[in-house]
Amino acid sequence: MKSSTDEDGRGLVAEFETPAALVGAALALQQLGFRRYDALTPCPLPELDRAMALPTSPLPRIVLASAVITGLLGYALQWYSVMLDYPLNVGGRPYHSWPSFIPITFELTILGGATGAVLGMILLCGLPQPYHRAFDAPRIERATQDLFFLHVEAADPCYHEQDTRQLLLELGSTGVSDV
Amino acid sequence: MNPSSPHDVAGSGEAALLASGHSLGSVTHRLTGQSLSRSTPRWWIVAFGLMLLLLVLFTIALQRLLTVGVGIWGIRIPVAWGFDIVNFVWWIGIGHAGTLISAILLLLRQPWRTSINRFAEAMTLFAVMCAGLFPLLHLGRIWRFYYILPYPDTLGLWPQWRSPLVWDVFAVATYGTVSLMFWYVGLIPDLATLRDRATRRGFKRFYGVLALGWRGSARHWKHYQTAYLLLAGIATPLVVSVHSIVSFDFAVSIVPGWHVTMFPPYFVAGAIYCGFAMVLVLILPLRSLYHLHDFITPTHLDLMSKVMLATGLFVAYGYLMEAFSAWYSGNIHERFLAIDRATGPYAWAYLSLLVTNVLLPQALWLRYTRVTPWALFLVAVSVNVGMWLERFVIVVTSLHRDYLPSAWGYYRPTFWDWATFLGTVGLFLSALLLFVRVLPMIAVAEVREMVLHHAPPAAHLEEPA
Repeated sequence: MKSSTDEDGRGLVAEFETPAALVGAALALQQLGFRRYDALTPCPLPELDRAMALPTSPLPRIVLASAVITGLLGYALQWYSVMLDYPLNVGGRPYHSWPSFIPITFELTILGGATGAVLGMILLCGLPQPYHRAFDAPRIERATQDLFFLHVEAADPCYHEQDTRQLLLELGSTGVSDV
Repeated sequence: MNPSSPHDVAGSGEAALLASGHSLGSVTHRLTGQSLSRSTPRWWIVAFGLMLLLLVLFTIALQRLLTVGVGIWGIRIPVAWGFDIVNFVWWIGIGHAGTLISAILLLLRQPWRTSINRFAEAMTLFAVMCAGLFPLLHLGRIWRFYYILPYPDTLGLWPQWRSPLVWDVFAVATYGTVSLMFWYVGLIPDLATLRDRATRRGFKRFYGVLALGWRGSARHWKHYQTAYLLLAGIATPLVVSVHSIVSFDFAVSIVPGWHVTMFPPYFVAGAIYCGFAMVLVLILPLRSLYHLHDFITPTHLDLMSKVMLATGLFVAYGYLMEAFSAWYSGNIHERFLAIDRATGPYAWAYLSLLVTNVLLPQALWLRYTRVTPWALFLVAVSVNVGMWLERFVIVVTSLHRDYLPSAWGYYRPTFWDWATFLGTVGLFLSALLLFVRVLPMIAVAEVREMVLHHAPPAAHLEEPA
């Protein structure tokens, strides 16, 4: 977003009582061409993925990359230590005794993948973000409990304060507020 | 693809996983109440006080260990591995149920994991914490523990990559880290709920910082669910690998009784067995103390008992095959050991093991035992004792009479062995008590998802309002 911090996320927050109403409203916004809007829900709603046409998360590729890279680094560390840095003959065993290196390589692959999944998820979500404009809406604390919200940003080209407010109310919102 | 699409959960038995009459608001209120309540229950204070006493004992035992050395324990050649390794394997085994419930049951789309996964994950974390302490304490010079890690030291030393003990360090460290991350990721939406429900400023801050500013955005949920599913996929091979590597500590050696190819699957089955038993031992009292009968229903108890019964049979098969392979190997040392286990100086341990771990759990074939809390509790305690005895039998009886009769010995744990063991029990339970006091022990967001699945289907996407 290019706008200044003051403008970030400015817009309307609409409250809905049921997931069905929220999904319907999100679909309507999507079809009307809105793009800069978000739904805030107490639990994931699979129907919302389709309604909002959410793209597939790039996370699997991040996880694959971090898992493979950490695994290779783990193997390389073992190889380097026994082949180059300190070759040590233990009972005539081959220096590059690769089967013994597999468990650590495996564990590090897992560690890298899991770390990639968690950090990747947090970064993709833009967290940690202690403050967000939507937090200014009344009753927004119930977005993590039992109510459903749509946040439409003023920066959206389709946004028009009066019309959008009216639209949200027509879509079944039980309360629209400025943020 | 989506782990929580309603189509996956629909089916028979769903209603029995959650009492009827709940709404999003009521489950949220109910499940976060015990974290946000200003009054701490009296039983909690008493239990926590007792655990603090055990922690004091632990501190004294550690002080003694660090100033005098591992000689205060009963370990003497030929039995150089005693309680420390028995307890290590026991705790790490307990730590397997959490990831199993969270990851494997998620991938298998078992909706009954929802009410117990959070608690089991926390249990895993604390059990791994206790497990990790034992090998460190056994080092004797605990302040030199970092020698085992690969780092560019001035001596040019590297860990011995071919040693299962080094693999173990990596396996347990990875397991602990991944369990922590898995648990934390699961907690993020619930921490946000607690932040939004907290009324006191300090609480709001505490939960707010931990929640990272989570706001339930649909775009975030998408990444979140992908991450959670990926973590489950990653944790599944991990959980199997960890106890396999622990079993390599034994199986890669040439000690009769340890050098068995069957060890990895046998250990993993035992870990799941013991872990489920520990979940039941802890969750049955908590369920009645916190009145969670709506969320942890007889269906949960029944299903957990069945997992326990099945893995218990794997373990019993393991005992049988141990004896069989000792006989079939034709190796006199293996045969001697098998007979010595059953009739030698440690016969008491082997026979108690068979009673507590094989015989008593057969009561789970009866539905009555599976759904009656007190009966199930007794069976679960018996399994925990039995699995501890199993590790005792494996570690101690294999060592006490090796190839040379003149070197035979008898291992007796000392007061300090018991003090250290009880100390880790105190550490485990006090951490767990703190967890159930300040964090939701049931995954609230996931229960909300279950509630929604009972509701009429959401908007028809073809006809927007």
